[in-house]
Amino acid sequence: MKIIEVKNLTKKFGNFVAVNNISFEVEKGEIFAFLGPNGAGKSTTIKMLTTLLSPSEGSLFLDEHDVKKNPNEVRHSFGIVFQDPSLDDELTAYENMEFHGVLYSVPKKIRRERIEQLLNFVELWDRKDSLVKEFSGGMKRRLEIARGLLHHPKILFLDEPTLGLDPQTRNHMWEYLRELNKKEGITVFFTTHYMEEAEKIANRIAIIDHGKIVISGTAEELKIKTGTNSLEEAFLKLTGKTIRKDEANTIDHMRMGRRMWTRK
Amino acid sequence: MKTIYILWIRQLKRYFRSKSRMFGSLAQPLLFLLSLGFGFGPVFAKAGQGNYIQFLVPGIIGMSIIFTSIFSGMEIIWDRQFGFLKETLVAPVSRFNIMIGRTFGGATVATLQGTIVLFLSLIAGFRPFSLVLIPVAILVMFLSALLFTAMGTMIASNLDDMQGFQLIVNFLVMPLFFLSGAIFPLTGTSILSVIAKFDPLSYSIDALRHLLSNINNFGIGIDILVLSVITFIFLGLGSYFFSKIQI
Repeated sequence: MKIIEVKNLTKKFGNFVAVNNISFEVEKGEIFAFLGPNGAGKSTTIKMLTTLLSPSEGSLFLDEHDVKKNPNEVRHSFGIVFQDPSLDDELTAYENMEFHGVLYSVPKKIRRERIEQLLNFVELWDRKDSLVKEFSGGMKRRLEIARGLLHHPKILFLDEPTLGLDPQTRNHMWEYLRELNKKEGITVFFTTHYMEEAEKIANRIAIIDHGKIVISGTAEELKIKTGTNSLEEAFLKLTGKTIRKDEANTIDHMRMGRRMWTRK
Repeated sequence: MKTIYILWIRQLKRYFRSKSRMFGSLAQPLLFLLSLGFGFGPVFAKAGQGNYIQFLVPGIIGMSIIFTSIFSGMEIIWDRQFGFLKETLVAPVSRFNIMIGRTFGGATVATLQGTIVLFLSLIAGFRPFSLVLIPVAILVMFLSALLFTAMGTMIASNLDDMQGFQLIVNFLVMPLFFLSGAIFPLTGTSILSVIAKFDPLSYSIDALRHLLSNINNFGIGIDILVLSVITFIFLGLGSYFFSKIQI
């Protein structure tokens, strides 16, 4: 069964085409890596899949719900760990977890158990009553991961989840996710800049560049198609060696759009 | 229900944890109360209008309500900048419920502020006309607070960052306050009293004045009716624009 179906998806911000007519599918229970250089359109695609941004053209289906038409149903199907911070600094670590658990209607008993288990897992249990604003960057990141794992959705989106994590936590996290994937059949959709990670963990990989998907398949297939020995080489061969400008966020695009629109 | 509750309690926690914000937003109404109250008191009495403090306090309560409410509503902009808004927007909760939870939380905070101002004004010599009517006055405060929090939500849903903030203060909040008859009586057919009829805050203050000081302009029935209708409209508009937020 296909749990994610994207057809001819396009997103424009003014004249800038962030995502250009892409189509792909993810099978239920798959671990899918979505790779690409900075500014390729990864986060924009995830935002459209997770109802935060509406597409300019094309169709998106998550767990057989139309994302454009039934965003509320779609939101029941997925969980997400964002690339950038999304914690409430004025709440404690525990309160952030609790807030998330209630929003996702995780039953109280399971919620309490899982919060303790996950905060221990990311080694923040002894800091559970500290305000998040007192946390270091790494601690915040770990809390975000723990929070993202609090409920068990059908699809879990992870936008560069391992960015800024130490190798221990990173390994830990992937083990945990593999468990979840095996035991509960949770589909995992993630982006990363660590190619070994994608090669090791993903069942299937798609590489996006300049808003277009340039290749997709298993790591083996990608290596064969490009005639390279590692995913990293394949990636560089496909996307070139020039360094990209960092991805401007949506608000910047909107601002740009507005400026163009108002100042002619 | 549970989700509305958790959003509501979040607003309260943030309020009680930020002592500087709490005191900061009390300082302004108190400054107005003391300087205007004691400054204009004698002139007001000489003009045959009676005790100015009795007249002014409901207006100052209205002021603290409108400021706290609109800013509470606009907290969405902070949440957007700190990223927390995303967390709520992707949750399997209808955006209407999110907006309602936030708005009720913000309105509760503003009502608390208004009530604190009411009690502090007792020290300045204010005497409520009837103790029984105080709870009713608090309900009116809450209704007004809902209205202006929803208005703040509506505005904030259309702004990307805090740059428009000063604009909102100077071109919306200040005029709403000064044109509402909070600090002067709306008598006769002056242009001001005509304009005041289009300012929802006028009805809040008129109702509070009726309940706390037994001074009346539009009539309490009209006040409550107008406030209720406008609150409904803004809750509708607020949730509409909130549901359209893109990140």
